[in-house]
Amino acid sequence: MLEIRDLHATITDAEGRSLEILRGIDLAVPDGEVHAIMGPNGAGKSTLAHVLSGRDFYQVTAGSAVLDGVDLLAMAPEQRAAAGLFLAFQYPVELPGVGNAHFLRTALNAQRRARDLPEIDAVQFLKLARAEIKRLAMPEDMLKRQVNVGFSGGEKKRNEVLQMGLLRPRLAVLDETDSGLDIDALRIVAEGVNALRGPQFSALVITHYQRLLDYIVPDRVHVLAAGRIVRSGGPELARQLEVEGYAAIEQAA
Amino acid sequence: MVAASGTGFALPPAASAAARAAAAHFQRLGLPTPRAEAWKYTNLRGLGAVDFAPAAPSSAPLPDLPVLASLPGLPRLVFVNGHHRPDLSNVAPGPAGPGAPALARPERDAFAALNTMFATPSPIVVPPGHDAGTVLRLSLTLAGSDPIAAHPRQSLTLGAGARLTLLDVSAGTGAYLHNEVLEIALGAGAHLTHLRLQEGSAAAFAITTLYADLAEGAGYDALSFTLGAALSRTEAHVALSGAKARFTFDAAQALTAHQHGDITTVLAHDAPQGRSRQTIRNVLAQSARGVFQGRIDVARAAQKTDGYQMNHALLLSANAEIDSKPELRINADDVKCSHGATVGELDADQIFYLRSRGIPEPEARAMLIRGFLAEPLAAIAEAPIRAVFDDALARALTGLTA
Repeated sequence: MLEIRDLHATITDAEGRSLEILRGIDLAVPDGEVHAIMGPNGAGKSTLAHVLSGRDFYQVTAGSAVLDGVDLLAMAPEQRAAAGLFLAFQYPVELPGVGNAHFLRTALNAQRRARDLPEIDAVQFLKLARAEIKRLAMPEDMLKRQVNVGFSGGEKKRNEVLQMGLLRPRLAVLDETDSGLDIDALRIVAEGVNALRGPQFSALVITHYQRLLDYIVPDRVHVLAAGRIVRSGGPELARQLEVEGYAAIEQAA
Repeated sequence: MVAASGTGFALPPAASAAARAAAAHFQRLGLPTPRAEAWKYTNLRGLGAVDFAPAAPSSAPLPDLPVLASLPGLPRLVFVNGHHRPDLSNVAPGPAGPGAPALARPERDAFAALNTMFATPSPIVVPPGHDAGTVLRLSLTLAGSDPIAAHPRQSLTLGAGARLTLLDVSAGTGAYLHNEVLEIALGAGAHLTHLRLQEGSAAAFAITTLYADLAEGAGYDALSFTLGAALSRTEAHVALSGAKARFTFDAAQALTAHQHGDITTVLAHDAPQGRSRQTIRNVLAQSARGVFQGRIDVARAAQKTDGYQMNHALLLSANAEIDSKPELRINADDVKCSHGATVGELDADQIFYLRSRGIPEPEARAMLIRGFLAEPLAAIAEAPIRAVFDDALARALTGLTA
C-alpha cells in the first residue's frame, strides 16, 4: 500500500529560483487497486512520478511517501525499485550498446539480490522473457536489440510494460504511458497492466486523457491541479473530465 | 630532436642494405618531438629515456591467453618479440618476394625507419578471387627484467576480389617498445576485415604505423580496440587510390591511470567516389589522456568523395583529457566531407533509468561505459571472435571503474 502525506517538492530553475511544484499531496493507494491521476499540463503529474522514484533534480521539502510501511523518500532509486516500486517512463531512455536482454536480466537479478533471493541464470531468464514477450505480442528480436535504440514510440512503451511484467512490482507508476501510442499499442499496453492486477499489485496511472482509462479501468480517479489533488472520485470522474475539460476544476482550485 | 639512446636503436652488425638506409633516415629524423605538428599531443620523452635492448628471439612457451582458449581452431601466425615462431604457428608467412607491397615511408616516419632497421618481413598473400577466411595474428612482446624493443612487421596483399578477416592481437609483459609496421595492399574489389586488439603491459610503449592502399572497389573495414600500454599510438595512413574504394575505421580506447593513447589517421582520397567512415571512441578515467588526429586529404580527381569522421570522448574524471584535431584538406569541388566531436560525462538520465530498475549506481555506470565501447563490436559477425573482444572489454571495465 502506498501512502503519500502532505508531499511538497520544489525544482530549482535555471536562474537558481526555487519553484514549488507539489504543494501538499495526500493520497493512499491500497493493495490491489489502480488509481488514476489526471490533470492539466503543468499540474505536477510527472513531478509526482519522479519524486516517488527518486529523481534527484526535485527537492522534497515536506511530507512523506511510504510503500508497505517503508519510507521511499529515504532510499536511493535502486532501493526503491527493490522495495517494489516501478516507474514506467513517459520518455523511455535509449541505452546505446546495452542489449535489452542483458539489461532486463541485470535489473531482475539486482532486485533479487537486494531481496536475498537467488539470481536467475540466462536460460531461466530467456524462458521468462519469451513468455512475457509473447503475452505482449512483441517481436522476439526486441530482446536482442539495444535498449530502446531505434524503437518506435509504441515499442518503447511496450518495452516499459515488458520490464514491468518481468520485475513484478508491488506498485507501478505509469507516467503518461499512453502518450504517442496508437490504439493497438494502447490496448496491448493496457492488457499488460491488467494482467498484473491482483491483490499484490497496485498502480498509479498518470494520464492527461481519459482514453487509456477505457482500457485500464481505475478504482479511483484523482485530479491534480497546481500541485494539489483537488478532486477524487470513481471512474466516472474521468469521463466527466473528458466532457467538461480541466478549466472548471482549475478555476475551483 | 630527442637523441635516440640505447643499444636497442643501434644497427645490428649484419644489416641489409635496406636496414642501413633506414638507419640513415632514423639518424636524420630522430624520435619525433611535440614540435612536429603530427606529434603535438604525444610526447616521447619517456620513451627516449629508456635504454631498450634489441629483443632476441624467444623460445618461451605461450602465455595463457584467453584468445587462444576461445579460438583454438583458428589458423594462426604467432610472433614473439617480433620474430616468427613456427612452433606456435600453423600458418607460415609467405616468402618475401618482389610482390610484397612497399608502402612504408621510412624516409618520412621515424618509427617506420626504426622498424625497417630490425624487422624481418612477414608477408601474407591471398591470391586473386580467394577467400582466406579468418586468420589470427598474435604478436607478443615478453620482456624480462630489462626493457626490450621489438619491431614486428607484417605485410598483407590481397589480390583482386580476395577476402580475408585478420584477427590481430598484440599483448606483452614487462617494459618494452612494441614498434610494429603493417603494410596492407588491397587489389580491385578485395575486402579485408581487420579486427585489432591491443592490450599492452602497463609499462609498455606500443607504436603501430599502418599503411594501406586500396585499389578500385576495394573495401577495408578496420576495428581497433586499445586497452593500454603506458603510451600507445596507432598511426594509420590509408590511401583510397582506386575509384569507389571504401574504408571504415571504428576505433575505441579505454584508458586509465596515467595512460596516454593516440590515434592518428591520415586518409588520402585520391580517386572518385571513395567512401570513408571513421568513428573513434575514448573512455578516459583518472588522469588518462586520449588523442585523436584525423586528417583527410581529398585530391582534385576524387570527385563524389564521401568522408565522415567522428571522435567521441567519455571523460570519467576531471583530470582526464582528450585532444581532438580534425584536419580536412579538400581539393575537389563535388565532395561530402564532415567531421565532429563529442565530449562529455556519463548521461544522468541514462544512469537514473538503470537505477530506477534496481541496478545500483556503480553497476549502472559500468553498463553504460561498456555500452559506449561495445557499440562497434556488434558488427563482428563471428560469435567466438566477438567474445574475445567482450572479454577484453570486461577487463577494461575493471580498470576504468577501479
